[in-house]
Amino acid sequence: MDFALDLLPEAVLFGLLLGCFYAAVSVGLSVSFGLLDVPHIAHPAFMVLGSYCTWLLGVRFGLDPIVAGIVLMPAFFLFGMAVYRFYYETFEKRGADVGVRGLAFFFGVAFIVEVGLILVFGVDQRMVEAPYIGKSLEFGEMRIPMRMIVAFVTALVLTGLLALYLSRTFTGRAIKAVAQDEGALRLMGVNPVRIKQWAFGLATAVTAAAGAMLIVVGPVEPSLDRVYIGRTFCVVVLAGLGSMSGTLVAGLILGISESIVLTFFGASWAPAVAFGLLLVVLGVRPQGLFGR
Amino acid sequence: MKFWLSAALALVLAVLAAFTIKNEYFFFAAYVVLQFVILATAWNILGGYAGYVNFGTGAFFGIGAYTGVLLIKWLALPLGLQILAAALVGGALGFAIGLLTLRLRGIFFSIATVAVAIILQTVILNWRYLGGATGVQILRPEVTPPFENYIKMLFCVAALLAVIAVAVARYIESSWVGRGLRAIRDSEEAAECTGVPTLRLKLLACVVSGALMSAAGAPLAMYQSFVEPESAFSLNYSVSALAMPIIGGTGHWLGPVLGALLLGTVQQLVTVTISSELNVLVVGVLLVLFVVAAPEGIVGLFRRFFLRR
Amino acid sequence: MSPLLKVERLSKHFGGFTALDGVSIEVKQGERFGLIGPNGSGKTTLINCVSGSLRNEAGSILFDGDEISRLPAYRRTRRGIARSFQIPRPFKSMSVLENLVVPLQFVGHLKNAEAHRQALELLQRIGLADKAQTPSSRLSQVELRKLELARAMASRPRLLISDEAMAGLSGSEVDEVLEILFALNKDGITIIMIEHIMQAVMRFSQRIVCLDAGKIICEGTPKEIVQNGDVQKAYLGA
Repeated sequence: MDFALDLLPEAVLFGLLLGCFYAAVSVGLSVSFGLLDVPHIAHPAFMVLGSYCTWLLGVRFGLDPIVAGIVLMPAFFLFGMAVYRFYYETFEKRGADVGVRGLAFFFGVAFIVEVGLILVFGVDQRMVEAPYIGKSLEFGEMRIPMRMIVAFVTALVLTGLLALYLSRTFTGRAIKAVAQDEGALRLMGVNPVRIKQWAFGLATAVTAAAGAMLIVVGPVEPSLDRVYIGRTFCVVVLAGLGSMSGTLVAGLILGISESIVLTFFGASWAPAVAFGLLLVVLGVRPQGLFGR
Repeated sequence: MKFWLSAALALVLAVLAAFTIKNEYFFFAAYVVLQFVILATAWNILGGYAGYVNFGTGAFFGIGAYTGVLLIKWLALPLGLQILAAALVGGALGFAIGLLTLRLRGIFFSIATVAVAIILQTVILNWRYLGGATGVQILRPEVTPPFENYIKMLFCVAALLAVIAVAVARYIESSWVGRGLRAIRDSEEAAECTGVPTLRLKLLACVVSGALMSAAGAPLAMYQSFVEPESAFSLNYSVSALAMPIIGGTGHWLGPVLGALLLGTVQQLVTVTISSELNVLVVGVLLVLFVVAAPEGIVGLFRRFFLRR
Repeated sequence: MSPLLKVERLSKHFGGFTALDGVSIEVKQGERFGLIGPNGSGKTTLINCVSGSLRNEAGSILFDGDEISRLPAYRRTRRGIARSFQIPRPFKSMSVLENLVVPLQFVGHLKNAEAHRQALELLQRIGLADKAQTPSSRLSQVELRKLELARAMASRPRLLISDEAMAGLSGSEVDEVLEILFALNKDGITIIMIEHIMQAVMRFSQRIVCLDAGKIICEGTPKEIVQNGDVQKAYLGA
């Protein structure tokens, strides 16, 4: 392998944009798994579902993918709330054997979503069209695809808004509090279950938008959720469970690593980077960079 | 004593079937069902008894298959040795994953199994000697005495492996190892404080489970005469190996057997009559249904309604 | 005679939060030792470090003269340290009897039949013999607390740490548990009691240590502790 170093700056820049995208894709999981402790293996599957819904809206109504993503958010919010309610009533409340059953449940759900998508849409890849897809911007020697910039900006806005929400609004802070001390929250007259439900709904809504970004960044297929299990959990674990700012940093680290591997070692190794990085983090520093 | 008699009887029946049944399709289908009996039983040793959920059964199965392929291409070893080697590889893989993640929460072990599955698949995809993405073709031996043809032999091998797997699971379940694993599943912290060497027992379960899963994969090359990464590491193995014990019942060795026999047969029927995608969807739906509504599985339901415990 | 348990300058942090800050205690063989302090003072963290559920970052833990801070918890249990949990953690899938068989097998290395026999004996001692075959998931609060203690006893410890075994129990139930602890101590078992129920701690302990915000603020006999101004401040606020 020649390390053609002049490819490096472009790889890093691409990695930064990609990394920010990964952060936005993972921030929903940071809430549902990092803060709420839900074993949400189906998070990437919901995202891919969002991608396909985005595609549908584009094909049926000619909606721009980012717009479609925003349109989907309320529906996914309600969907997320329903899923959490069901999960809570069925598993968390009863207490017994939550671990295996909860994991198996979400695994089954992810699987059903994936196979459902295959049955409805087939295994072929789906793409969207938009004015910014297909063009590139030139920065001196480097060429950056415009769709990456759009995804980058959207991701930044989305993550920023969520972080603001969590730290400035009452509900947002209650969500952070419920992760730390449910009892205290109850004493304040706040129902922790409703907060968690709201949080999970929010996380799912954000994930829908992430799905829209996903299909902007590249074509999607039903099995994409498996690779993203590695990427999202890698970011969330590397960040440290529950840390929002950590999610951005971790996303960037992953994005740049993947971009470098992609440039120098080829596309087939890129998905393994996230999983490899995850295994390393779990072995060396499982509490992540900013873990609580 | 009853168990060993039944096991011997089952093996005798299998051999008899091999020499009397003429319809070859029966053996192709039965082999797959028996394969799932092994996978489900192996999964349950770690998942049902200890409570650590393996999402990557496909990885162990696939690496077993490719160990078989490697040994055929490189040293032309007979099937028996392939199975043994595959078991060693699977055990080592289980040990490695366990060592890395068993000190952490259960979900991290599960995610690590997904990670290993994808990483292994990527490695194989890039390994030209083993065929890469296009896969590798294996020449089956012409004669397989004393059996009529290779599929009847494989059927009996699978039956033997299934009996071994169930015997191992049953032994673990009723021994102090099983009690320790159950303590770990119920409350790992309390188990550790009551003298249970939790890490060691979990590692043991990982190794045994992994070894059996990979052993199940070794004959694949002979069964299909063609092995490629997409199907060898198929997600279907991971989902089925998890769904079958949950549907059958995770607390008892009979659960995975029942789950595999039932679900495996249903899968064969649906694949042939309707479609293979729908078959896979059925497994997923049944899994969620049982996890939500009947977590103790068929064995548990039987206990509840017929034994009135 | 050297102390059975000697904790020297023990420290434990959780991220930026210091749970234990250089705590040193000594517990003599056969002593009844009380550990008190307001919520969040570090009592359970100290117990977790001694029993091995947590690893301390600094300091040493000497049990019977041997350094044990690098040992995994199950090894410490096999050496003779047992603890009950503040919130009972029974092995829910097992019967009451089988809960006790676990430590008898894994610490005592007894065969199945002998383990079951001794488990039944223990249940008789503690008053749960009639519930032997009951699934442990169906016990009442006080029965769960007794099971916690029985399970700790089943590992035949030399040092038993009772972590708020009486929380939420009625007056007569507290007396029941206290009786069991007194009886165990008479048999030669050293006992560390963490409790919020002051009258129980005062009755039971020969010596008491009070923790606040990860540090020891007072040490002495029950009489001395009750009269100590710092202790009063810690509990009631300055």
